[in-house]
Amino acid sequence: MFALGLIGLLVRRNLIFILMSIEVMLNAAGLAFVVAGSRWMQPDGQVMFIFILAMAAAEVAVGLALVLQFYHLHKSLDADAASEMRG
Amino acid sequence: MQPLFYGAAAIAILSTIMMLSRLNAVHALLYLIVSLLAVAVVFYTLGAPFIAALEVIIYAGAIMVLFIFVVMLLNLGERATELERTWVKAKMYIGPMILAAILIAEFVVMLSQTRVTAHSAGVVGPKEVGAALYGPYLIGVELASFLLLGALVGAYHLGVRKREGVSKGNHVDTYERRTAARGDLVRAGTDRTAGAA
Repeated sequence: MFALGLIGLLVRRNLIFILMSIEVMLNAAGLAFVVAGSRWMQPDGQVMFIFILAMAAAEVAVGLALVLQFYHLHKSLDADAASEMRG
Repeated sequence: MQPLFYGAAAIAILSTIMMLSRLNAVHALLYLIVSLLAVAVVFYTLGAPFIAALEVIIYAGAIMVLFIFVVMLLNLGERATELERTWVKAKMYIGPMILAAILIAEFVVMLSQTRVTAHSAGVVGPKEVGAALYGPYLIGVELASFLLLGALVGAYHLGVRKREGVSKGNHVDTYERRTAARGDLVRAGTDRTAGAA
């Protein structure tokens, strides 16, 4: 799952797909935490998943606001259009 | 539990691959929702029902609604109605519906089995999670609240600056289109008010 999210992050050039791939990667990391927590019968893995969940919610809120700004600036969702900042 | 776990994991990986290979954002979102539900079923089979519920409520509920709202906001062009017409083909919904039906079948099987094996499986319930969350991880909870507050303020800041510049022209554009098009809904509404008056 993490590898799939990373592949999606690298392959796709659409900003919404990049954000979705980041969600998949965070979800895979949380899945690893929960699997480890259930392997050793400890609640710490689920606590870490709750923290990852909060972090993903915050990240996606800011990221989607940035995507809206980007779309009104460039009229496209191509990540290559953001290369105007190079020196 | 083992075949249910492997089935849900296979559905998760398959729907993630389908999500990455879609060209349309809405179809990709459908497959992503199915993927998150499959991961929720995986959590349930692993003995974490509280996390499964949180996954469905927050990921598949709140975060996907945010994505859908942004996709909807970004398609406010002239081609919006044509795109809607091409999206609502029933062919595009068959794949996610089949995968979701398999997930529902797995969940029903699990609910029929949990009467027998509720306490034999290694279930870490919400009670232990809550005790750990507000015991040794209290500072983490406070930091998460700081992070969410910062995200709230940041997203509001970014959204407000967008609204000052662009939304007025957008509103005029949609209003002109709506009045110039005289669609069926508008005409039906005027007829009804004229008949009532």
